[in-house]
Amino acid sequence: MNEFFILMKQELVITLIIFILLFIKLSSKQWSNEKVLVLINVLLLLNLAAGFLFPDTGDLFGDMYRTNPLMAFEKNILNLGTLLISLQSYNWLKTHKHVPEFYMLLLSTLLGMFFMISSRHMLMFYLALELSTIPLAAMANFDLEKRRSSEAAFKMIISSAFASGLLLFGISLLYGATGALSFSALGETLRQYSPLHILGFIFVLSGFGFKISAVPFHLWTADVYEGAPVAVTSYLSVISKGAILFVFVTVLSTVFSVYGSSWYFMLYFLSVLTMIIGNLFAIRQQNMKRFLAFSSIAQVGFILIGITGQSLEGNVSVVYFVLVYIFSNLAAFGVISLISAVTGKETIDDYKGLYKTNPLLTWVLALALFSLAGIPPTAGFFGKFFLLLAGAGQGNYILIAIAALNMVISLYYYLRVVKAMFMDPNDHPIETIQADWKPKLALAICVIGLLITGLASGAYQYIYSLFVLN
Amino acid sequence: MNYSSYIALIPLLPLAGFVLLGLFGRKYFKSAAGIIGTLLLLGSALLSLYTAYQYFLVNGKTGDTYQTITAFKYTWLSFSDKVSIDMGVLLDPISVMMLVVVTFVSLMVHIFSLGYMKGEERFATYYAFLGLFTFSMLGLVLSSNLFQIYMFWELVGVSSFLLIGYYFDRPSAVAASKKAFIVTRFADLGFLIGILVLAFYGETLDFQTLLHTLTTQQSAQHVAVVTASFAGVTALTWGVTLLFMGGAGKSAMFPLHIWLPDAMEGPTPVSALIHAATMVVAGVYLVARMFPLFAMSQSALDVVTVVGASSAVIAAIIACTQTDIKRVLAYSTMSQIGFMMFSLGLIKAHGTYSVGYTASMFHLFTHAFFKSLLFLGAGSVIHMVHSNEMKDMGGLRKYMPITHITFLIACLAIAGIWPFAGFFSKEEILLTAYQSNKIVYGIALLTSGLTAFYMFRLYFSIFWNKEAHLHGDSHGEGTWSMKLPLLILAVCSIAAGLIPFGSYVSINGKELESHMDLSFSIAPLAMGIGGILLAMWMYRKENNKPQQVATTLNGFYKAAYGKFYIDDLYLFVTKKVVFNLIGRPAAWVDRNIVDGLMNGIANATATVSNWIKGVQSGKVQNYTLYFFGGVVALAVVFIYLWK
Repeated sequence: MNEFFILMKQELVITLIIFILLFIKLSSKQWSNEKVLVLINVLLLLNLAAGFLFPDTGDLFGDMYRTNPLMAFEKNILNLGTLLISLQSYNWLKTHKHVPEFYMLLLSTLLGMFFMISSRHMLMFYLALELSTIPLAAMANFDLEKRRSSEAAFKMIISSAFASGLLLFGISLLYGATGALSFSALGETLRQYSPLHILGFIFVLSGFGFKISAVPFHLWTADVYEGAPVAVTSYLSVISKGAILFVFVTVLSTVFSVYGSSWYFMLYFLSVLTMIIGNLFAIRQQNMKRFLAFSSIAQVGFILIGITGQSLEGNVSVVYFVLVYIFSNLAAFGVISLISAVTGKETIDDYKGLYKTNPLLTWVLALALFSLAGIPPTAGFFGKFFLLLAGAGQGNYILIAIAALNMVISLYYYLRVVKAMFMDPNDHPIETIQADWKPKLALAICVIGLLITGLASGAYQYIYSLFVLN
Repeated sequence: MNYSSYIALIPLLPLAGFVLLGLFGRKYFKSAAGIIGTLLLLGSALLSLYTAYQYFLVNGKTGDTYQTITAFKYTWLSFSDKVSIDMGVLLDPISVMMLVVVTFVSLMVHIFSLGYMKGEERFATYYAFLGLFTFSMLGLVLSSNLFQIYMFWELVGVSSFLLIGYYFDRPSAVAASKKAFIVTRFADLGFLIGILVLAFYGETLDFQTLLHTLTTQQSAQHVAVVTASFAGVTALTWGVTLLFMGGAGKSAMFPLHIWLPDAMEGPTPVSALIHAATMVVAGVYLVARMFPLFAMSQSALDVVTVVGASSAVIAAIIACTQTDIKRVLAYSTMSQIGFMMFSLGLIKAHGTYSVGYTASMFHLFTHAFFKSLLFLGAGSVIHMVHSNEMKDMGGLRKYMPITHITFLIACLAIAGIWPFAGFFSKEEILLTAYQSNKIVYGIALLTSGLTAFYMFRLYFSIFWNKEAHLHGDSHGEGTWSMKLPLLILAVCSIAAGLIPFGSYVSINGKELESHMDLSFSIAPLAMGIGGILLAMWMYRKENNKPQQVATTLNGFYKAAYGKFYIDDLYLFVTKKVVFNLIGRPAAWVDRNIVDGLMNGIANATATVSNWIKGVQSGKVQNYTLYFFGGVVALAVVFIYLWK
């Protein structure tokens, strides 16, 4: 029993916070939004801090659940990201009627992701995946008076139900073929090539592909990202994707390692498609949110390259890149959500001449975009370089060449925004934004994170050591 | 001798300038910003000279070679057991030489800008950017490994992007800066892949280890890199050719040169720094740095030669027709860098004609002085007449005597007239070409003649030709801060050629006997003087001879004037081909199939009932169809086709 409390402490803390929110909601006394928000942010901060204490290794529930320092670190990354999004959406939530509900949904999905990261069993994994998906659809609907928001939620729930169905079908095929569901047993039974195994794997892969929005499983992404509130969009494109990627790496290297040569080529194709299509659509976007959404599809293509490396370095690079990606993308989304919340302006044309009125915000956004484009010496450059270096370990230079070409294309459209902000004239630029200190704090953390993960080698080395320990 | 105590200061002083002026410049320093930036750079220039003095004269050679010294090395992170990423400082003859060139020219530009950029609203920002650029360039030069050089390489790109786009209220400047960044970035993707290929086979990123393991015949890495092949070409050739692609982009080699003429939109002193002496020669430096690897692959060397020689001649022809004086200089830079490139490429794989290495570096060295002098001189002229066009100039020799004389010296130097600096370095290049490849020699000789012609066309059009008619509000020749750098650089343009360069820089660090053959010099000198005389005949006085020549050579002249339509070709490819064949269809699919079809359904349902429209947004089925299609396709491919 003691073990249960020690090993699952990160999940327990989240559950506790959800209960606190439930009591606040049910209590007879009306809490003001400001108070609730402050309380929640403090709780999230404590949650983050608690995550770093006493990392432990162990199994629970008959090997269905496992935790180790690497998993604890991955959960901490998600905790940090969630806190940042919470701080950034302060302006938006302040006037919202259902703040506690929003956080209950948010934290439920986070809890689902935690279980997903720790899962060692297909059923556990499936349950956790659903827990992390269904509340997200409700969150997408949180701009209650906007029709687009409900449309996004609707599309998301239908698409994800479909994806889950296929995933579940894949799991049942695997179960039918091997009689095993736990990761370790599956990994041992899946020894020789069999079409049934491959079919099962493809269905499972499509479930993952849906969540990380790899092409051709990505179509839901654009509509949902655009319709959902900015906070939810950034949560979807950063935290949710990050969590799935962590699990993806684990599942591929434990369960399906025998089929390495097969999934190498699958991921190869998906990666090429994802980078090219993500980039081609990102080029045309005028809306900043949509633009970031499509460019984040292209980023996933890069991450897949690291996974095709099938090496320790490849896996380390993926986790490192996700960390960098969280900082860069949240910095970008932070600025966009701040501007969108205050002025409602969202197109690239609106951003012309932003430098004149909001120099600091402009620099933050420019840094984030440079990092996303992978320009040295920003953190994003190191992330991409490591991914490519890991991918090159397989000796496949065509893939690397396509990736490098896509880096140039992406540079083009990221630079377009930078150019608009710094260089294009505008008679009616966005006015100087007066923001609360909380979103500013979130931006500051993102910028510091970007600088530290990029310039100090510690982050990569630390992740590397965690993987070696594992 | 321990260098590490002060050597780090050389790049760090300009960086300090960038941070200081970038953060506080606009508020606190305003007009003092220039002085601060200049003083910091003076410090780093003096330290560079001291380093060169220490390296070449005090420490000198061990045995008969100059040693390659890693002044310090810090392991930044270890990527895997084998590959680590370091930050280090590497000193060898070429890096020390570059150190001096970069800091010296940058210092001249800093001083010149004190007068030239005076009164600009973003004066402090300008100096901050100059500091950033100098820092990046020094970092590039001192790099001890491939990763570091790539990082600074990109940083140089970023800072030149900022400097070219300095006048951001001019749309043409903004477009030019973007073009420069994206074209060089496109070339850099080759560089990046080249690094990954070499790092994969060499199992390290460090220059010295990499060069050593890959050139050692017995090592497993060497065997792997020369036997592994892709599309019939060895991994080694792929690796170095891709590296060269990055170098060709930065050095504006044909066909990746299109960004350089446009980049002239930046402030003129910036062109003197970036587009004459430092950034554009980075490609040559990269090839020289990795030369032992190039020397293992004759086909890679041939690529370098062909690209270098064709750039040299094409740029020279185009330069003869341009009317914007900065563009003439830009093409002339491209042409001269072509000389440096093919001089390296002409060295044979087994090591003969290695004089080309010294020649190339020597030309890089002398070119830095006279070309930056030409750009600064052009800056003075533009400052005076407020125009870049030749037709607005003429007869300026009386009004700006110092600019006139120094410009003449630089023109003589670039035309290769004895005893100016260009003569000596170009002579060595021509000699290499003569020995190694007669066709290239012919091209080089022709190009020398053209060089003399277009430089003196420029000189006569600016300072002679017609009588000057100046506007009332002219600045005159400018302040002493503008004249002083011209004078110093003029002295260097005369004296730099007298340095016995071969005894300091050579392919293996050993002293190279320089053998000047007087009889050999006759042909190049004759070509040079011929070019000058032709230019004098056509442009000394205002007349219609140039017009006649242009009419006679009608088609060719137009083609050259239109820069051989290379820009248009690129535009055609990107706008017409890429946008139409890839972008449009993608957009079309998005608009018509995804949106259109589903909007159609939504519209149809809307006519039946508004109620249905409210519930059903109409697209999700389609998404799931695609989704399922993807799954089926994967399954078919991997179960039936690809077992």
